[in-house]
Amino acid sequence: MNMPIAQVQAPRPGTDQTRFAALWRPALIQALVKLDPRQLKRSPVMLVVALTALLTTLLCFAPESGVSTAVAIQIALWLWFTVLFANFAEALAEGRGKARADSLKAGSQGLNAQRRRADGSFETVAASALRKDDVVKVVAGELIPGDGEVLEGIAAVNEAAITGESAPVIRESGGDRSAVTGNTRLVSDWLLISITSNPGESTLDRMIALVEGAKRQKTPNEIALDILLIGLTLIFLIVVVTLQPFARFAGGSLPLIFLAALLVTLIPTTIGGLLSAIGIAGMDRLVRLNVIARSGRAVEAAGDVHTLMLDKTGTITFGNRRCSALHTAPAVTARELGEGALLASLADDTAEGKSIVEYLRQLHDFNEPAADQFSPVAFSAETRLSGVDFEQRRYRKGAVDAVLGFIGIERLQMPSALAKEVERIAQSGGTPLLVCVDQRLLGVIHLKDVVKPGIRERFAELRKLGIRTVMVTGDNPLTAAAIAAEAGVDDVLAEATPEKKLARIRQEQNDGRLVAMCGDGANDAPALAQADVGMAMNDGTQAAREAANMVDLDSDPTKLLDVVQVGKELLVTRGALTTFSIANDVAKYFAILPALFAAIYPQLGVLNLMQLASPQSAILSAIVFNALIIVALIPLALRGVRVQAASAAHLLRRNLLIYGVGGLIVPFAGIKLIDMLLNALHLV
Amino acid sequence: MHSYDFALLLAFFAIVLLPAPWLGRFYYKVMEGQRTWLSPALGPLERGCYRLAGVQAEQEHNWKQYALALLTFNLAGFVLLFAVLMLQGYLPLNPQRLPGQDWSLALNTAVSFVTNTNWQAYSGEASLSYLSQMLGLTVQNFVSAATGLAVLVALCRGIARRSATTVGNFWVDLTRATLYGLLPLCLLLALLLVWQGVPQTFADYAHAVTLQGADQTIPLGPAASQIAIKQLGTNGGGFFGVNSAHPFENPTAWSNLFELASIILIPVALVFTFGHYVKDLRQSRAILACMLALFLIGGATALCAEYQPNPALISEQVQQSAPMEGKESRFGTTGSVLWTITTTAASNGSVNAMHDSLNPLTGMVAMLNMMVGEVIFGGVGAGLYGMLLFVLIAVFLAGLMIGRTPEYLGKKLQAREVQLLVATLLVMPLGVLVLGALAASLPGPAGAVSNPGAHGFSQLLYAYTSGTANNGSAFAGFGANTVYHNVMIALAMLIGRLGYILPVLALAGSLAAKNRAPQGQNSFPTHGPLFTGLLLVIILLMGGLTFLPSLALGPIAEQLSLGF
Repeated sequence: MNMPIAQVQAPRPGTDQTRFAALWRPALIQALVKLDPRQLKRSPVMLVVALTALLTTLLCFAPESGVSTAVAIQIALWLWFTVLFANFAEALAEGRGKARADSLKAGSQGLNAQRRRADGSFETVAASALRKDDVVKVVAGELIPGDGEVLEGIAAVNEAAITGESAPVIRESGGDRSAVTGNTRLVSDWLLISITSNPGESTLDRMIALVEGAKRQKTPNEIALDILLIGLTLIFLIVVVTLQPFARFAGGSLPLIFLAALLVTLIPTTIGGLLSAIGIAGMDRLVRLNVIARSGRAVEAAGDVHTLMLDKTGTITFGNRRCSALHTAPAVTARELGEGALLASLADDTAEGKSIVEYLRQLHDFNEPAADQFSPVAFSAETRLSGVDFEQRRYRKGAVDAVLGFIGIERLQMPSALAKEVERIAQSGGTPLLVCVDQRLLGVIHLKDVVKPGIRERFAELRKLGIRTVMVTGDNPLTAAAIAAEAGVDDVLAEATPEKKLARIRQEQNDGRLVAMCGDGANDAPALAQADVGMAMNDGTQAAREAANMVDLDSDPTKLLDVVQVGKELLVTRGALTTFSIANDVAKYFAILPALFAAIYPQLGVLNLMQLASPQSAILSAIVFNALIIVALIPLALRGVRVQAASAAHLLRRNLLIYGVGGLIVPFAGIKLIDMLLNALHLV
Repeated sequence: MHSYDFALLLAFFAIVLLPAPWLGRFYYKVMEGQRTWLSPALGPLERGCYRLAGVQAEQEHNWKQYALALLTFNLAGFVLLFAVLMLQGYLPLNPQRLPGQDWSLALNTAVSFVTNTNWQAYSGEASLSYLSQMLGLTVQNFVSAATGLAVLVALCRGIARRSATTVGNFWVDLTRATLYGLLPLCLLLALLLVWQGVPQTFADYAHAVTLQGADQTIPLGPAASQIAIKQLGTNGGGFFGVNSAHPFENPTAWSNLFELASIILIPVALVFTFGHYVKDLRQSRAILACMLALFLIGGATALCAEYQPNPALISEQVQQSAPMEGKESRFGTTGSVLWTITTTAASNGSVNAMHDSLNPLTGMVAMLNMMVGEVIFGGVGAGLYGMLLFVLIAVFLAGLMIGRTPEYLGKKLQAREVQLLVATLLVMPLGVLVLGALAASLPGPAGAVSNPGAHGFSQLLYAYTSGTANNGSAFAGFGANTVYHNVMIALAMLIGRLGYILPVLALAGSLAAKNRAPQGQNSFPTHGPLFTGLLLVIILLMGGLTFLPSLALGPIAEQLSLGF
């Protein structure tokens, strides 16, 4: 399982179009379009606000005592603004994701495909007419018309449109490189492709569906939160509706428009208005990471993950073993060994061979022979040796037994110092390669898996968040343990087979843990399907991509860590704004209640802690604050609350302080300021 | 406050808190059928009950079966009690030949005792026979408390079990709660009360000639046995009309202390029972700390309010002690305030002072205690399951902020759970605000209040709050015995009881079915001061946000108009 690693994030198409400057105008128009009741009913809280706004607008024509028409009109206007601001937030979040999806989609306009008929001949059809299991032929220069699996052929495909990675990748039938993505371009040869998705179900469509408010499926936590918000709205509806009979009992009457204002300020409009935008923005962050989720559910689950199962190769270590040291045989100088090892590896094109050359070039200053001065001896399954013949001498390197066979000695006859070194390398999880020239043993090369820089720190961060990492490897337990210790993982699954992987995931889940894993091979499919979060590599097999609930277009397994982060940010942002929204109600009560009851019980004026100028200005200030706070929090909703690597208790304390205590204090200051401003401008 | 006031407070907390860990463990063992020192004596009785009723003690119920058994049992109890109350004139043990109750009053009383509310729109000595008191009310006092305890342990099991389908056997839980949980303690308390002078007799009311030569009838009856369970079962329905202010119900300072402490003895102990169920006593301590803090905040506010000098008399050169209107001079201000706060916190409807005469702020604390859903210790079982609902709400609200799906003790809170939580959140607004508004806007029912303005509103608000919260205490001054109020308050009591019990059982079922995630440093911390504080704020916030407007029109307006 070798995976190319995207070390540098390539510039993404569409970055320019995701700037705020380009987005706010269309978002404003969308905000008006979203006043459509069918769209509004997706957010019950905002639907209530819209209905209240409608009622208030009507009330403007029936003046009530104690409320001037000018104030009534302003209240109605600000109620409409509240709805529009929420719509604007959603439209803005959608706009960012859509801009990118649109640029991808543009390529598929008017695209044609060569579909195979039943008799084997080909016909030209529109790409949009393709159905699952249709077979199409694509030749160099053409765009692949849809997601599919290669049936025949081998070709280079440029997937830059999807991944942003400019280097073409090889796609061929069978094996782990058989899946192709729609809208990518063939740059060589031809492919016969079986289409695997119907129109509207492709990777691209999925991506668009995640960031479109009207089509988006709500995630489980969002649904739960929605229920709570509806519950709170109902409670406050009861509170406000029963207030009039209570006031009448006390011998007064409350202006309906004030009651409408009280209702809107009390119900959780801040989170209700931003909930959708938070969800879309979270998915958009994922799309920017070039990860396509099958559903938002998986992204949320990523935030809950307890255990990460990571393949060693490609994720924890660079895919290849690298030379890390050389040890000489008795009576051989380091330079002799170095020269021998260099020559034996010069013609070796494998990553191991290159790493030896690289290592030695740094170490010594050799006079390397030009390529035409030696004749290379390639690795063969028979000899299991590689090297060169140079100046009538045969330089060879290879596995211990192969080299000993080459020079014709038994393992026991090996010099004891060298034998000890070989033993030590194997013990530490490395691979010993012997180097010889003709019949003379020069020494041993220590090849080992090199742990990626920074990965250890990353695991430590995850551990702080309470997430355990399990390294999965086909290596023997000894080797695995050595690398595990170096990488700082919490647990190891050595000599892993697909069955063992699946069993391990089931066991973790039985213990109540959520498991995330990534994989690419066909044999990973069952485990990917079993895992709570399964991420398949885009260059993996179709089976893996089908079984997983997300696909990484860059085929970078370490992305799983980013996905966890996005999932957590999504949840924290929702929680923070919910807390903020509810905490705000305290100040709003102190603004509105004394104003509301001023005519019945003037003594309740002592509750007017903010010393707001008049009942009318108090109520209007609360409404204006309620609307403006949505706008003020749009950036936070779109960006998401950062999740630091810290214990739950620490995160809770920090977020409660900022959003809970902050939510109590901010509106006191905000409402007072708005009240001063309204009065200074003589708006009331 | 005098030194004996402080002695009372100290003794009260000592009696309540010191045995709680031991008693809580005892309740856990009893409810789980483990052997205790009472097993040799009561075990055969328990097994005899099952054999007699044909109960398969080993067979557990899923939540629906459990709820059905509970509803059936309570409905049967209601029908029986209703019949006894209406037909008492034809039944034995009625030395005063008292006639049956009117249908609406009988309905109200039956619902009141079945729901552990003990709202009394009648006066015991003037309208109930000994049979009605003993066979009718006292039986329900026992089984309604046992029902609360059963629901609580079902919820505890739901939280503690993993991937389970059952939450216990209702009949077994009911039997054990009554036999082991209530009877022994009641026996002890009844004997203590008899020692202090509370009557326990089937004899006719006594007749006497006073010094002035007037005839006097002195009501008697089997009072001690009923008073014991009335306090321990957080029922509160007095044997006599004026409840624990009556010298026969509460004759001495000692009886006052015993009765006070027994109000929250079991609710406090049950907090530890929960800890044993979930194998984590830290959870118990956090919840208990929150309850205590709320109790102390309310108590301190009320005591401060009651010891205020009367502003109307400040300009007159008189020496003022705390106002004594409506209070028993035998118990004084602290004894009365402590009783008021304890009973309203604990869903116990008994009174030893008239709440109508309390300082408006004290009245507000009493109402708030009930409005938050009787979760500050609360009724037997009911208080803690109400508190656990708040714990779950707190976990859901704040849990998202740690970046995980909210979890309580490893159980995920998802749409289904939130749905049920929201259903319980709607109970108090529905019963208090909607039914209260209805009563306030109909001219007839609104006329039941005896004062105009804010105080009259408090009377009405208190009545519906007391009913919905299944507290049962009365503000006094409210003419509740009308067909309208009898029926509507009965409705409020039913909403308040079943509106919690059914969602709680459903919650128990859905939590039991979940797997339990391991607890680690990334799980939401539900112990320690941070969580206790959060829980406290959320309870006050939910109660405050829902009821502040109505409280502003009642006690707050009254307090401010009195010039304090």
